[in-house]
This record gives sequence, structure tokens and C-alpha cells, in this order.
Amino acid sequence: MTTPNHAPQGDHHDSTASAVGPSGGVVVLRTEVFDAATLRRSLTRVAHEIVERNRGAEAVVLVGLYTRGVALAHRIADAVELFEGVRPPVGALDVVFHRDDIGLRPVAPSGPTEVPDVTGRVVVLVDDVLFTGRTVRAALDALADLGRPRAVQLAVLVDRGHRELPVRADYVGKNLPTSLAEDVRVRLHEVDGGDDGVELWGPEGGRDA
Amino acid sequence: MKHLLSVDDLGGRPGIETILERSRYFLDVTRRDLPKVPALRAKTVVSLFYEDSTRTRLSFETAAKRLSADTMNFSVSTSSVKKGESLLDTVQTIEAMGVDAIVVRHAAAGAPYRIAQWTSASVINAGDGRHEHPTQALLDAFTLQRHRGPSLDGAHIVIVGDIAHSRVARSNVKLLAALGCRLTLVAPPTLMPESLVGWPVEARYDLDDVLREADVVYLLRIQRERIDAGLFPSLREYTARWGLTNERFARLKPDTLVMHPGPMNRGIEIADDVADAPQSLVTEQVANGVAVRMAVLFELLGAGGSVV
Repeated sequence: MTTPNHAPQGDHHDSTASAVGPSGGVVVLRTEVFDAATLRRSLTRVAHEIVERNRGAEAVVLVGLYTRGVALAHRIADAVELFEGVRPPVGALDVVFHRDDIGLRPVAPSGPTEVPDVTGRVVVLVDDVLFTGRTVRAALDALADLGRPRAVQLAVLVDRGHRELPVRADYVGKNLPTSLAEDVRVRLHEVDGGDDGVELWGPEGGRDA
Repeated sequence: MKHLLSVDDLGGRPGIETILERSRYFLDVTRRDLPKVPALRAKTVVSLFYEDSTRTRLSFETAAKRLSADTMNFSVSTSSVKKGESLLDTVQTIEAMGVDAIVVRHAAAGAPYRIAQWTSASVINAGDGRHEHPTQALLDAFTLQRHRGPSLDGAHIVIVGDIAHSRVARSNVKLLAALGCRLTLVAPPTLMPESLVGWPVEARYDLDDVLREADVVYLLRIQRERIDAGLFPSLREYTARWGLTNERFARLKPDTLVMHPGPMNRGIEIADDVADAPQSLVTEQVANGVAVRMAVLFELLGAGGSVV
């Protein structure tokens, strides 16, 4: 997810050991949070949790938030299909018109909103990184315009903290304590090419920098 | 992009393509059960129309409302312009109320440029004299893309009618040429611009010569006052030589599309049956106009400036 304070994570997924960070200084790779295998296991666990909590997948609709959330929603649906035999419907939601920072920074539509009928179903919103919670708030508004789900839940690959709104994820791939100067970079092969991975980047020197 | 005064402001082919691509998302929004998004909440869009217009004014107003902007309407017939207020005073009055965008139509070419110098609001040209009507050209290109696919490269567009007095023709020539279309203008010699130097077009005077080669026939509205000016003898004469009659329509390739910016003179530049034929995109142009104008308003007021 993109955040008000940072450039979209997708803008930089080069593999060099240092680069220019969100606040302009030199940033370095701190931690490899997930590699391809651990990312896959983590998503599989999230898929199991979704099915367990909702007593099956029949009522579930997975709705990914552009850009990487859409790819993740498809992967979770694939995983559910593997062990449940049914593939939950997958939708894609562009929240840009519902953001609260329109006009404050450059924004552009990310893709067509295509959401199956959600009325009476359990919608699981899927995103890559949960940060301030503002994208999720926008997604809840955008979803309300499309129908009235029975319930809405939230699944994220990484929760990096620093919430600015009362938003909490129901399913979390990994809780990752971060500082505001750090940057979580998610790479998914269908979106970014290369191998899957999640990395934590931060300023040179200490974690409090 | 701060203002949209001319097709030139769109930033050439990449900028045009970006707006057209985004118009698709806005078209999706207009087709929902709840066809409205809060993107431009608390923004104010005022229409300042010094010339009569139904569809363009309503289209901009609908576009602004679907983006949750507030709209104000300034139509000259019911305003203090009747009492002799100058354009500058009118603009300053509107500006003082705090508006974010002014949609202008004016009989004088260049009026929107002048207004843009007087106001901090974004100015959108909704037609100035014989000069330009950029959102019409955008919606026409968008409508063509919906039928022919995203690439219009090589599509042969034949624009027929009063080219000399047409801002629609000017804006369309610029925009469609930028997208790689081949353009032919057809008009009576008296309704062709005096000079076509620098226009990426071919000029013809006989519609029958080009019918078979056209992928799109774009008809312009014929204004009756041109007869009074002696530019052609009669409407019947015009229809006989330059109208898209049933007989000419039958000679087009089966997949040739027919367009018209409206309002149509049925039976003059376009036959009744042709206007309602499946190949006619006239009502679709109107529907797409709302989506394209949403994209333009969002680009000017919402996108934060530096995207295109």
C-alpha cells in the first residue's frame, strides 16, 4: 500500500545495496523479512486462518487493493482452492477516489475496480503493507458504495505499525516493528518481476536514525 | 496541467493517452448503481457559458457531481452580463466566491486564455469561437477507442461539413492526428479554412470520392446562418452534395462508424435513419463525454499536478 508520507513501495525494487530513501538520505537493506518460500508459507497460513474463522470459504469474497493486494488476493484464493476445493471469488478495488489526501500529493487511478456482488458475503480486503490505515479507511468507503457485505475483514502481508486511524488487521503475514524512517519493500513476481520477497530498508547507521 | 485551454495542453500523445486510459475508470464509475465517488469533495466547479449549450454544460455539471464537487451555473441570459458587466468583472466576482475550476464557453476565440490569466482557478475551455473544444476531441477519441481498440493508428477519419467555422474540427484534427489517425476534411470550398498550412490533413471537396475509404465519417453541424452569409445556396443543395444520406450511407464499408458532436440537423447533414443506425455513435459520444470530463476535472483538481 502507498502511504501519504512515502513514495509508493513499488517505485523502487532494485537490488542494489543502497538507494535514496523516502526522506532523501541514503538507505540500506536492513533485513530480508520474507524470501519466496517464507512468503508462500505465510500466505498459506493466512488462507487457512480465513477459512477457519469463516467456517469454510463459501461466503468469502477476497478483494485485493491495487496494486499488490490484487496479486495477493489471487494467491490466497489459489491456496484456499488447494485445500478446500472451492476458489473464493476475487475482486480488485481501486481506492484512489476515496482517499483523504487527494490534492495533497500526486494520485492516479491504479486500475479498474472489479468487485463481485458483495451483499451478504464476508469480504476479506487484502493488501501488502498495513501502515497508517488510511488506505483501508478509503477501501471501506469504496466498498460501501458497491454493496453491503455481511462483514468486512482485513488480511495483510506485513503490519508495520504506525497507525493513524483505528484500523486493525484480522490476518497478518508478519508483524514487523519499524521506525518511520524505514521503508518496507514488497516484491511480487506477477507485479514486479524477479523473485518474491519482502525487505526492510532504512537509513545508514542506527535504527533510530 | 493547470488549465485545459487547448489540445496542446494535454502534453502530446502520452498525455492524451493517459487521460483516455483513465476515462475508462470513470466510465466504470458512471455505470455503477451508485455512480458517484467522493474524489472532489469540497471543490467548486462553476460553468460560465456565454453561448447556448445544453449537452456540454450538462455533461460538465454531471461529471462534477459524480465526483462530488459542488457546481454553480452562470448563464449569461439570466446574469448581470445583461446589465453590461465586463468579462473581467464577472470573472473577479466568481473568483471572489472561491471556485476551483471555471468551465468556459465563449463566442470569442481566446476568451478562456484571458480568463486563465485573471484567476487562480483552473480554466477548462468548453468551446471558444472557432478555436478549440478540447474535451469534445477527447470524448470523440475515447468513443472511437471503445469501438476500435486502444490504438487508433492509421484509422481514416473523414470530417465533413463547416470546417472553417468549427472548433470541434480544429480540436479533433490536432488530437486525432497526435494519436496517429489519417484525416481527410471534406467541405464546400466556401466552408474550408482559407489556409490548411500546418494541418496534418488532406482536403477534399467531393464526399463521394472518399466514402469507400472512410473508417469513420464525422459530420459537423451545419448552421443556417451560413446560408445568409452566402456560403452555400440552400440546405437542400448542401444535403445533396455533402449530407450523409441513406444512399451514401449504403455505400460505406459495413464497419464504418458515424459520429456527430450534436446537436444534429436530421435530414440535413445526417439522414434520419443514419442517425439511428447501429453504426452511429452519437448517443454513445454523449455518455462517454461525462466520463472523459470526469477524468479531466480529476486531473486538474485532484491529481496533485505532477502525474501527467
